[in-house]
Amino acid sequence: MKYFLQRIAFYLFTAWAAITLNFFIPRLVPGDPVQSLIAKFRGQLSTEAINSLYVLFGLDDDKGLWTQYIDYWKQLFHGDLGLSFTFFPSPVSQIIGDALPWTVMLVGITTVISFILGTSLGVLAGWRRGSWTDGLLPVTTFFSSVPYFWLGIIAIYLLTGPDSFFPSSGGFDSALVPAFDQYFIPSAVQHSLLPALTILISSVSGWILSMRNMMVTVASEDYITVAHAKGLSERRVAVSYAARNALLPNISGFALSLGFIVGGTLLVEIVFSYPGLGFILLQALGAKDYPLMQGIFLVITISVLVANLLADLAYLLLDPRTRKEG
Amino acid sequence: MTMEPVLEIRNLNVEYGLGDKAVRAVRDVNLTLHRGEVLGLAGESGSGKSTLAYGLTRLLAPPGVITGGEVIYHPEKSDPYDVLGLSDKALRAFRWAETAIVFQGAMNSLNPVHKISTQLTDVLKAHEPKMSDHTRNARAREMLKLVGISPDRMDAYPHQLSGGMRQRVMIGMALILQPQVVIMDEPTTALDVVMQRQILGQLIELRERLGFSVIFITHDLSLLVEFSNRIAIMYGGRIVEEAPAATIYRDALHPYSKGLLSSFPALRGPRRELAGIPGSPPDLAGMPSGCSFHPRCPRAFEPCSQHIPVLGRPDAQNGAARSVACWLHPTEQPVG
Ligand SMILES: Nc1ncnc2c1ncn2[C@@H]1O[C@H](COP(=O)(O)OP(=O)(O)O)[C@@H](O)[C@H]1O
Ligand code: SF4
Ligand SMILES: [Mg+2]
Repeated sequence: MKYFLQRIAFYLFTAWAAITLNFFIPRLVPGDPVQSLIAKFRGQLSTEAINSLYVLFGLDDDKGLWTQYIDYWKQLFHGDLGLSFTFFPSPVSQIIGDALPWTVMLVGITTVISFILGTSLGVLAGWRRGSWTDGLLPVTTFFSSVPYFWLGIIAIYLLTGPDSFFPSSGGFDSALVPAFDQYFIPSAVQHSLLPALTILISSVSGWILSMRNMMVTVASEDYITVAHAKGLSERRVAVSYAARNALLPNISGFALSLGFIVGGTLLVEIVFSYPGLGFILLQALGAKDYPLMQGIFLVITISVLVANLLADLAYLLLDPRTRKEG
Repeated sequence: MTMEPVLEIRNLNVEYGLGDKAVRAVRDVNLTLHRGEVLGLAGESGSGKSTLAYGLTRLLAPPGVITGGEVIYHPEKSDPYDVLGLSDKALRAFRWAETAIVFQGAMNSLNPVHKISTQLTDVLKAHEPKMSDHTRNARAREMLKLVGISPDRMDAYPHQLSGGMRQRVMIGMALILQPQVVIMDEPTTALDVVMQRQILGQLIELRERLGFSVIFITHDLSLLVEFSNRIAIMYGGRIVEEAPAATIYRDALHPYSKGLLSSFPALRGPRRELAGIPGSPPDLAGMPSGCSFHPRCPRAFEPCSQHIPVLGRPDAQNGAARSVACWLHPTEQPVG
């Protein structure tokens, strides 16, 4: 428990450091681009919005640095990340809030499926070495070495077209209005299939390989031989002794990959013009939309930290050796 | 003690690998374990002791294969059968219930992620599915008590126990189904000398109380002289001598046995190199012709490099319960 509290303290510190860095960077950039953008939008921005941007980007030179820093935190706690220039005059928090569910649904669900599928196949492949599952290995090695955005481009080239079932871009049919109804949901699912498949194919092999290798390593442990010697059923030995132990490194890998849901698959969203965070970030970069970029980086940082915390928690739950007494 | 057999190993052969590259790690081994006895198996490391133990329980990991022989098990009340011929299902039922084994790597024999209680009770679950949870737990606690561990430790994880305690847990686990045969493969090698003796003493006491038989494997002959009834000496995958412990101690016939004996220090004391035998154990891939010990044997003579001496009762000692494989003691009565 003490260990866990230490970890939490560490992550809080890291989050604080990342946010503080976010505060300082625009203040250190010379020849302020934000100033000029604000100037450009002068007529359209309300005084309140301009104030908020001043606070975020340190243009309110008349205040001391410390006061600026306090104001910055206050704004963050109110969820105010400023206004986006690209999607003017929407607030950054709203744009991120709109894009995040797309990313989380597409990449999140795909990551979970990929992990469960890959780990199960890895258990089989590792336990029944020399059976048909060995044929899986060259194929999976091949796919894990192909970058997924490249797979995506190939998929678009081969599988989409005017008559194809698979749409080549977007998150839903543009004729529809986003809503949880019988028109929108099937359309969203249809649009997500190809990007999801792309991510799945390229990521599942990693899980298969690492789980298989861990199974092979664990299979030679003494306690596995003992489990056999005890006359336990093959299934019990495979699941409760071998897979249970082999899973440990994969679980923390999984928790970490959850952190990269937001940051790790930007390219797939870009290739498929999928309306998630990655796609938004691309637009923000193109338009030098600093408030939006900063907001997205903040989300990515926090999700990576939360994932690390989850990884620690998972390890704590699954491996008694990490649970220190007292 | 009756001389009724409980486990008969007949012409057992085990190889690692297949075809030309195969290494014969156990060669034509004949060995009988009698009801209630402690049979010691000694030999330098690499002589095939563990391979023999894994072979007779069919626990060999690839590339190990049994290439011939029989392992006849005599149940207490029914007819004997060949363990090597059992179906998978019958083999699972046989394991632990009839023959339990405590391994060389006993320090790592416990799964680090499961509680001691889980690992004690899952044997019961597998072999006696009708037993209630309550009875299972009671039985597990009883076993811990038997080996001198407080039943409070049921909920401990392996890493919370000392090496000696883990070792005792393994011995308790081995006895939980009251098997007739317990095989111990260097079970105490990782422990200090005092702990070794304490645990072994405890085991022998339990054996007297519960009446199982033990095959005790070690490279430390001094332990066997102290704790076993009979001793078999292994060299290059073969049994080269077998006799009552006291006989081996006083009057070993095989030059290799003599070497092992002269190389062991005082009964209590630090281990040292096998000063009594110059040279190193044979390479299994290129085994010397004839008696595989002949390149190291101080008494080798003409037949030794030509012909393999068979294990048998030496002619000069008709009737004595001992056997040896050496041309110095030719035999008309081969074993097996
Ligand atoms: N998995 C294996 N593959 C190939 N050879 C092995 C394997 N395990 C053991 N051997 C060989 O078999 C011989 C006997 O080993 P082992 O039975 O472990 O001896 P001991 O227990 O007497 O020290 C050794 O020479 C070793 O090199
Ligand atoms: S057979 Fe010959 S070489 Fe082998 S132990 Fe006897 S005397 Fe030595
Ligand atoms: Mg060994």
